[in-house]
Amino acid sequence: MTRHPRLRRRLAGGALSAALALALTACFGSSQGGANDNPNADVTITFWHGWSAPNEVAAIQSTIDAFEKVHPNIHVKAVGNITDDKINQALRAGGSHAPDVVSSFTTDNVGEFCTSHAFVDLAPFMSKSGIDPTSTFPAPQLAYTQYNGDQCALPLLSDAYGLYYNKAMFKAAGITSPPKTLSQFDADAVKLTKTSGDTYSQLGFMPLYHGYESSLSHFAAQFSPTYFTSDGKSNVANDPPLASSYRWQKALVSKLGGYDRLDKYRTTFGDEWSNNNPFMVGKVAMAIDGEWRFGMIDDSDSKVDYAVAPFPVPDGMADQYGKGYITGTIVGIASTSQKQNAAWEFVKYLTTDTDAVVNFSNAIRNVPSTNAALASPDLNQDPSFQTFIKIAQNQDSNTTPSSPNGGAYQLTLQNLGYAFEKGKITDLQAGLDAAAKQIDTDIAQAQ
Amino acid sequence: MAFLSPWLLGTGLFFIYPLITTAWLSFTHYDGFTSPVWSGWENWHYVFHDYPFFWPALRNTLWFVVVLVTLRLVTGLTLGMTVIAVKRGSSTLRTIFYAPYLAPPVAATLAFVFLLNPGTGPVNSILGKLGLPQPGWFNDPAWSKPALTLLAIWGVGDLMVIFMAALLDVPRELYEAAELDGAGKIRRFRHVTLPTLRPIIGFALITGVIATMQYYTEPLVAGQVASGQIGGSGQQVEPGYPDGSTLTLPQLVYNLGFQRFDIGAACVIAIVLFVLSMFFATLLMRRGSVFLGSHE
Repeated sequence: MTRHPRLRRRLAGGALSAALALALTACFGSSQGGANDNPNADVTITFWHGWSAPNEVAAIQSTIDAFEKVHPNIHVKAVGNITDDKINQALRAGGSHAPDVVSSFTTDNVGEFCTSHAFVDLAPFMSKSGIDPTSTFPAPQLAYTQYNGDQCALPLLSDAYGLYYNKAMFKAAGITSPPKTLSQFDADAVKLTKTSGDTYSQLGFMPLYHGYESSLSHFAAQFSPTYFTSDGKSNVANDPPLASSYRWQKALVSKLGGYDRLDKYRTTFGDEWSNNNPFMVGKVAMAIDGEWRFGMIDDSDSKVDYAVAPFPVPDGMADQYGKGYITGTIVGIASTSQKQNAAWEFVKYLTTDTDAVVNFSNAIRNVPSTNAALASPDLNQDPSFQTFIKIAQNQDSNTTPSSPNGGAYQLTLQNLGYAFEKGKITDLQAGLDAAAKQIDTDIAQAQ
Repeated sequence: MAFLSPWLLGTGLFFIYPLITTAWLSFTHYDGFTSPVWSGWENWHYVFHDYPFFWPALRNTLWFVVVLVTLRLVTGLTLGMTVIAVKRGSSTLRTIFYAPYLAPPVAATLAFVFLLNPGTGPVNSILGKLGLPQPGWFNDPAWSKPALTLLAIWGVGDLMVIFMAALLDVPRELYEAAELDGAGKIRRFRHVTLPTLRPIIGFALITGVIATMQYYTEPLVAGQVASGQIGGSGQQVEPGYPDGSTLTLPQLVYNLGFQRFDIGAACVIAIVLFVLSMFFATLLMRRGSVFLGSHE
C-alpha cells in the first residue's frame, strides 16, 4: 500500500516548512520613497489609522475635512481600523497601495520604526516649517516619538493615567479625600477591602500586573525610573526607583490577601473594555486607568459614583504629586511614500495645528499632545478631563522610552514582575540583574 | 522531463526556493526594510542560548505533539467505533460529534475560556457543587495545556469521520474468521481492526503532528483572553500566558519576524520546525510498524 514512501515523507514533512518559509519570504524587499514631490501639486495621500468606533471615525474625518479646506490641492484617503501588524507589513512592502501617513495606538514600535527607517526622520521637515519640537510638544510625548535623536514620529493626542475612585465606597469607609502618597493609598486600599470566605465582596484595589491597566510601567512611572543609561544600556539593575516600584506592588499584594486570592478574584472580572469593567460594576473601589475611562463610564449605564485624581506618589516624592504615566497615538510618514512633502503638510496639521488638536481631543476625549492645545480654553472643561490635562502638563510625568526592539525590554521587566508578585522569584536584585543582561542581549540582537 | 516540468516548477518555486531562502536568512540580520546582512551563526546562538522563550516553547510544542496528537487519535478512533456500533441514532451521534469541528477556532477557544473560567465559568461551578477540585484551567500553568487538549479533543469530528469510513471498510469476513478461531473483542481489535487501519492511523498521526507544529491560533487566543490583556503602550501582552505554558514555536516565529522585525531569528525557528516535522514524519513512516503492527 505504501508505494512512494520517500515522496510521501517529503511532502508530509515539508508542507509546514514550505508554508512558513513562504510566509517569511513573501515580504522580502521594499521600495524607496522620497521627499521630492511638489506639495502644491494636486495629490492624494493615503492615511492609515486605527480608529474604528463611529464617533472616532467621524472625528478624524472631520479633522481631515478641515485640513482639505486649508490645503485644497491635497486630498486624504483615510483607511481606518488598521492594526499594528498590518502597518508593519505595509511599511515593508511599499507600493502604490501602501500608506503615506500612518498612525499607531502604541508607542512601543517607534524605536523599530526609527532604527529601520520605516518612518522618515521628521526633523528636517520641522526645521523647514519653523517648528521647534521642544517648545511645541511636552517632554514625554517627544521622548516616545523619537529614538536616538531620530524624530521619526510625532504625537497625535495623548493618554494620561490617573486614579479613579468610587466616591460612595470612600464615604462608606470614612475616607474623605483621595490618597496622595502610596502609604495613604495602601491604607485606603486595605480599608476599602471586604473579604468574603476565600474571596472578596469588595476589593480596594487590584494590584496584580494582570489586573488590566495595573502594569509595571504604569506603576513605575510614579517612581520616575531610568530604564536606560545615556549610552543605551539597560539601567534597570542599578535603578532604585524601579526596584522600589516592584517592592511597593509586592507589599500591597500581601496586604490585600496575597497573590492566590487576588488572582482568583481577578478571574471574575468582566472585560476591560465592556460595561462589566470591574471598576464600573463596583468590584474594585479604586483603579489606575487612562482618561478614556471617564468617557466610557459616562456613555454607559454604569451607576458608579466616581471621581478622578492623580495616582499617588511614593512618600519620599510627595512634592511630585500630580504626575502620571503618559503615552498616546503616534503618527509618521512612511519612507516608501513618494509624496512626503504633501504627507508632511498633513502630519503638521494633525499634530501642531492647535484648533485641529483641540477639536480632535474634545471629540474623542483624549488628552491633547501640544503645549498650546493643553493650555487652550477651548478644551473640554469637564473636571475629570481637566484632571488628566493637569497630569499631562505636570513636568514630572513620564513615559517608557523607545527601544530598537519595541516593547521587548518592557516584556522582560513585566515577566520579572509576574514572577516576583507570585513569589516565584524572591531575590529581586538577582532578578533585575538577569533582566538587565537579557535586555542588553535583546537590544544587541536587534542592532 | 516536459511532463514533469509543472511539478518541478511548483516544487522549485513554492518549496525549494523558500526553504533555501529561509535557511539563508537565518544567517543574516534582516529587519524587512533594509537588505539582509550576513551575520553568521549569531541568530542561531541567540535563539538557542539567549532567547528566553525558545526552550519553553519547544517543550510545549513537543508536549502537544505527544499528548494532544495521541489523545485526539484515540478519541477519534473510539468515537468512530462507538458511532458505528450504535444501532439506533447513529446519524444523530455522528452530527453531534462532528459539529464542533466546524466551529471557527477563535470562537471555539473563546467559548472554552468562558466555560472554563475559574471564577465565573459553569464548569468549575458544577465541579464545586459536586465537591470536586476546581482547576484554574487557562489561568493555571499546570492546567492550561490540558485545557487546550480538551478543546482539541472536542473538535475531533474530522478524525472520527475518517476512522468511521476506514472501519466500515474492514472486511467482515476477517472478523468472522477471527471469531471462529475464538478471538474475543480485544483480540479482534488488536489483530484485525488495528492492522487494517494502520495506513489511516499513520495518516492521522503525520497530519496531526504537522498540524500541531503549526499550533498557533488556539493557544494565542486562550492566553490573551484568559490574561485579560490586549496590549498597548507600557502594557505588553504576556506571550504564552500563564507563565509561558501555552507558548508554541509558531507564536515565536510570528512574534520575532513580524513584531520584533527580527526575521533572521524567526527563520532559525522556522528551520527548527522544519527539522522537527521531518524527524517525526520519518520516525512515523519508518518505525510506525513497531507500535502499529504491520500487515505487509
